[in-house]
Amino acid sequence: MMSFDAPKWDVLVIGGGHNGLVAAATLAKSGRKVLVLEAAGEVGGAARTEEFAPGFRVSTAHLLNRLHPEVVKTLELERHGLVFSGITSTPAPSPQGGGESGVGSVHRETSTALAEAAPTSPSPLSGGARGVGIRFAPSVALSRDGEPLTLHGGYGESLSGASASEQAAWQELRAQLLRYAGILKPLLARRPPDLGNMSLMESSAFAVTGLSLRRLGKEDMRDFLRMLLMNVSDVADEHLEDDRLKGLLAFDATLGSHLGPRSPTSLLGLYFRLAGEIGGQAGAQALPVGGMGAVMASVLRAAQAAGVTIRTDASVAKILVEKDRAAGVALDGGEEIRARTIVSAINPQNTFLDLVGTREIDTGFVRRIKNIRMKGDAAKLHLALDRPLEFSGLEAAGHRGRLVIAPSSDHVERAFNPAKYGEFSPEPVMEITLPSLSDPTLAPDGACVLSAVVQYAPYALKEGWEAGRKRFLAAIMAQLELYAPGVGRLVRHAELLTPADLEARYRMPGGHWHHGELQADQMLMSRPAFGAAGYDTPVAGLFLCGAGSHPGGGVSGVPGLNAARRILEMRG
Amino acid sequence: MSKTAVKPIAEQPTVRPLHSPAQLHFRTLRLDTPFQPRIDTLMKTNDWYDWGGYRAPASLWDEELEYFAIRSQAALFDISPMTKYRIEGPDAETFLNRLTLRDVTRLKSGRVHYTAWCDDAGHVLDDGTLFRLAETRFRLCCQERHLPWLLDSAIGFDVTVSEETEAVAALALQGPTSFAILREAGFEGVERLKVFDLADFPHGDGSVTISRTGFTGDLGYELFMPVELALSLWDRLMEAGQSRGIRAIGYTALNRARLEAGLIVANADFVTAEHAIRADRVRMPDEIGLGFMVDLEKGYFNGRRAIVEARAKGRLQHVLVGLEIEGNIPAEHAIVYHRKRKEVGLVSAAIWSPMAKRNIALASLVRPYGDTISDDLWVEIYAMRELKYERLMKRAKVVARPFVKLDRRTASPPPEF
Repeated sequence: MMSFDAPKWDVLVIGGGHNGLVAAATLAKSGRKVLVLEAAGEVGGAARTEEFAPGFRVSTAHLLNRLHPEVVKTLELERHGLVFSGITSTPAPSPQGGGESGVGSVHRETSTALAEAAPTSPSPLSGGARGVGIRFAPSVALSRDGEPLTLHGGYGESLSGASASEQAAWQELRAQLLRYAGILKPLLARRPPDLGNMSLMESSAFAVTGLSLRRLGKEDMRDFLRMLLMNVSDVADEHLEDDRLKGLLAFDATLGSHLGPRSPTSLLGLYFRLAGEIGGQAGAQALPVGGMGAVMASVLRAAQAAGVTIRTDASVAKILVEKDRAAGVALDGGEEIRARTIVSAINPQNTFLDLVGTREIDTGFVRRIKNIRMKGDAAKLHLALDRPLEFSGLEAAGHRGRLVIAPSSDHVERAFNPAKYGEFSPEPVMEITLPSLSDPTLAPDGACVLSAVVQYAPYALKEGWEAGRKRFLAAIMAQLELYAPGVGRLVRHAELLTPADLEARYRMPGGHWHHGELQADQMLMSRPAFGAAGYDTPVAGLFLCGAGSHPGGGVSGVPGLNAARRILEMRG
Repeated sequence: MSKTAVKPIAEQPTVRPLHSPAQLHFRTLRLDTPFQPRIDTLMKTNDWYDWGGYRAPASLWDEELEYFAIRSQAALFDISPMTKYRIEGPDAETFLNRLTLRDVTRLKSGRVHYTAWCDDAGHVLDDGTLFRLAETRFRLCCQERHLPWLLDSAIGFDVTVSEETEAVAALALQGPTSFAILREAGFEGVERLKVFDLADFPHGDGSVTISRTGFTGDLGYELFMPVELALSLWDRLMEAGQSRGIRAIGYTALNRARLEAGLIVANADFVTAEHAIRADRVRMPDEIGLGFMVDLEKGYFNGRRAIVEARAKGRLQHVLVGLEIEGNIPAEHAIVYHRKRKEVGLVSAAIWSPMAKRNIALASLVRPYGDTISDDLWVEIYAMRELKYERLMKRAKVVARPFVKLDRRTASPPPEF
């Protein structure tokens, strides 16, 4: 099937994940006619809220810790329902609303409207913009037999459950880590430096980083450079005593990567976390009311308000390249849609190897794209529980935080060891949230949702996930039982998404939410690979804007925003 | 006795060498080709050189007479060390079109073309000949090894690429009597081969692929066969060529003939991209006289974007030219000057050509010299004369290649001498 309409789109965005929507909205605001093509039935990618058991809903991405303030500002997300006011570091009552504001429900309407062929006029949202309250969630290092340790505010502004000397040591280390993450922060926000031909603006921005480095003072600068490629375990050992705290840092630094805390460069993962911010607070995190879906809804509203048209169930089969230029896309059904600029918010490997095809790009570039490491190591567990869960030794407020089972750095390292050889951790480490405590609409009355990111679950499990899934679930449940005795009896339904499932559901190759390991060799101008690191690609008119691009994954919107800015700069 | 005493030998684990046969390659520093028994018998000068890891003759008996065998009789040259790849599959044509500079869709089955291929930056990786043996089967012959590059280039294509350098023996039979010898040897129908044609001919219990190609600019053929047929084919040609002056030759003679024909040699006249260590030594096709191969109409190919950009932005820095130099002293590796003062390039190959009766050379010049400024060029020749360099500044003129053009090379039907 061919559409013979004159090209009516300026920009096609492939993939309606949050970065795709951010790029689309930003470009639409410049007056471009933008069409987002989403393969799934609804937008939002891994941040969408989905029902996993009757009456139980959850988002695979369950925490907000790096939505970039410039994204919030550019898209005017607060005007579209994201509320940043009322942030406190103690649990605050949930703002009213929520219910229908999930992306799912918003989207069902738009997709119906679209199916009825009114693609240029997004339907007005029923219910209008609702407030999405955000407050900091504490991080809790759970303990089996003693008191848990809690980091309050922006990544442990204050610490409870630790000795006075440990608190002092932590404050010193925390300040140092935040200082150093602050140096990297601008690099993780802007387009990566293009060493070949840097514009004056870029070089001056780079110079600012150099300047801030100088401003650290000699001793601090030396330490910054010394620590840059260290492993998190050694850094923690230099300062801290408490195994719970060291375990938490080890977990946070390695979360979402194929690294153990003793792997060289693992500290970078912690810097990456601390370079994120929420409500102006570095390292802070929030469990958004309405789930991640509510955040996505505000992004969607912003996109639609800017005039973006969204088509769901529109899977792109091919990026059309004509005379060395991206000219449009062909959908699975054969329909061709043409535009001046094609923006891919999906995985870089899929983009180049599957959609563009190796016929249109250079062998050396194919080599680099193919070599991107992206085998995920994290699984996602969703439990539908009969009633709210109680973790031993944890007071009620603590349950609304991010609960981490990582009793020591050694424990995390031991959990990682088998993953190197294609086996899952027999005693996995995990990050747990109970999102229904903050947003009761996610579960039926009185019931509870448990959402956990569990490591390590190697994508290429030797025995295969068909066979391994049940055993891994049992291993996870055994760990949970140690920290929340009786949890097993509360489980109405368990959904375990292995990396293989995440890959299939969200079209994330390797089930890797960063769409490419976030390690030193795959960052900055090497992300996703040399030749496509600045969002523009070897194929003229084709841009990347997803997590596979700099700075990486997490719900930040930065790749989407940077890509859009690059397109505007290049007049694409 | 101590309990930690050494175990008897019988109880000790056997230590096995950890090397695979492939890892022991260094024990054979130079390989023999399938024709080695015959070449060894004819070798009088013991003048060997290393051709891609093979022991190959630089000359066998007299390099002057070997050269004249090419031009006046027939020369048999062992080209088995040439790197050969077999490329096969439904996407073979598309794969090669993306890999190489020329349009492979225009290369018909049973034909050969001279082509080259580049890396992403548009720098030449190698040049070579592409044989279309069948609709979906090709042979690529070249100087350097490229298997990793070819395999990575095959990602996304339904094609298999395999190295067949060792499995396929090859001979070049070049010179005016070469056709007569093949006919004499009983290769029926060989007269139908036009230049750049190829066909299979029966030999022994198998067959030999004969193409009307060569590296001499003369009437000539190249013969490819499985190694088992190598010696019997050699004997068949030698016997048939006895009365036609057939001679085995070495590379020195061939090198003169190829220079007369104006043909370039990778890593002699230009540095291939994967071998260049210094950033400014790599070359784009336009910089080594291969710009004519670049087909911008055929769709994408490796290096296209870089080549188009370099052309558009005037970033082509070098040019490869043929030079005619006054006098008769070869200007090998001489520096080229403009107005005798400004250094503008280097001669990569030079001989006094017996056929052209001219002093000829190939040189790489820095543009605009050799491109828009071609007057007042000089080469500085240092001729060693009894422990003293005689420094000569000789006028050089940019001339068209080939330096020697022989009608018999392309005549159809092929002439019989």
